[in-house]
Amino acid sequence: MSSEAHTSAEYIKHHLQNLTYGHLPNGSWGVAHTPEEAKAMGFWAINLDTFLMSLLLGAVIMFVFHRAAKSISTGTPSGLQNFCEWAIEFIDTSVRGSFSAKNDMIAPLALTIFFWVFAMNLMDLLPIDYVPLLMHELGIPYFKIVPSTDPNATFGMAIGVFLLVLYYSVKMKGLGGFVGELTLQPFGKWGMPVNLLLEGVNLIAKPISLALRLFGNMYAGEMIFILIALMGGTWAGLSLGSSTLYGSQILLSLGWAIFHILIVTLQAFIFMTLTVVYMDMAHQEHH
Amino acid sequence: MNINATLLAQTIMFALFVWFCMKFVWPPIMAALEQRKKHIADGLADAERAKHDLELAAKRSAEILREAKEKVGEIVANGEKRASEIVETAKAQAKVEGDRIIAGAKAEIDQEVFRAKEQLRTQVSSIALAGASKILGREIDAKTHSDLLDKLVAEIK
Repeated sequence: MSSEAHTSAEYIKHHLQNLTYGHLPNGSWGVAHTPEEAKAMGFWAINLDTFLMSLLLGAVIMFVFHRAAKSISTGTPSGLQNFCEWAIEFIDTSVRGSFSAKNDMIAPLALTIFFWVFAMNLMDLLPIDYVPLLMHELGIPYFKIVPSTDPNATFGMAIGVFLLVLYYSVKMKGLGGFVGELTLQPFGKWGMPVNLLLEGVNLIAKPISLALRLFGNMYAGEMIFILIALMGGTWAGLSLGSSTLYGSQILLSLGWAIFHILIVTLQAFIFMTLTVVYMDMAHQEHH
Repeated sequence: MNINATLLAQTIMFALFVWFCMKFVWPPIMAALEQRKKHIADGLADAERAKHDLELAAKRSAEILREAKEKVGEIVANGEKRASEIVETAKAQAKVEGDRIIAGAKAEIDQEVFRAKEQLRTQVSSIALAGASKILGREIDAKTHSDLLDKLVAEIK
């Protein structure tokens, strides 16, 4: 029994480990084969699975949209063009709803975020054992197919959004205005340290909440898929207990996958909407 | 689960994708959407105008029809009036002509009467003479009784 618990733990750990490329302890560069090796690599390592999957997904989305944009006609749209027009109108309406200033970058930003995050999240719906198994056959020790379950990916995007927020805050309000916003309210100039603390937390909370919300939701979802997958993994010959667990796995993963479609879309939408809202706040003189 | 340089890579990728989308995806599609919107708006405006024109044309044709009917009525009335006028003039002319004929006939009758009187006058003296001579049994000299005869003739008028 204890050996089975051990394998379950290993199974989970294996599924949650990224394929990390970096400086190995023996001095050479290469792929980490154990979680400890990956940890030892420090900051200057890269998660190849996250990087490649997000690059691939982003590129596919941009390719599809670019193809539609190149061959666009003003006549009756069909197929791909129809989809892309629907997507653009959907994003445009959402952005118009929550962004009041004028900035040509916000809508493309929102489009990129929504569809990129959506595609990354969608990878969660692939059967969780297929890709790692395939990679194992190819001699690759780990492969996490869902980039948004890697905090590096979500924080990477959140930092991008944060930099834009800082840039536009300074651009719209001037450096003085932005600093004033951080230090002169809510308690006036005599409460400057308190103001800075409150507003600083407020500011820092934006990228952190953005990144952690997406990461947390996708990570938890992934975790539940793994736990469901463990049920059938306890198969020990044709018995009532094993059959029940196996059947439950099929039903539960189906149910969770269907529910997860909602989460996948919702999280992408939330990430996009919050980004737009933060950008809107950056563009406004006062809150 | 380790934070590493993937973070930076992801940020850079994010920036590149946003840039690409902003440069090559959003503007052409948005422009096409705007243009289609304009097309549709133009089409609707054209349809509206055409409908308006049609209404105007219908109104105009109804007016023309009405005018034509009025004119026809006028022409018919004029024609009737003219016809009755012609009949009236014809009647008047006929009356004048008739009067003239009657007058001519009267004049002829008068002339005839006058001529008969003249004839009678020329013959009355001789008849008177003959009558008188028969009564008296002798010749009467016309010259001696000429003033008497003239008086008699003058009485026949």
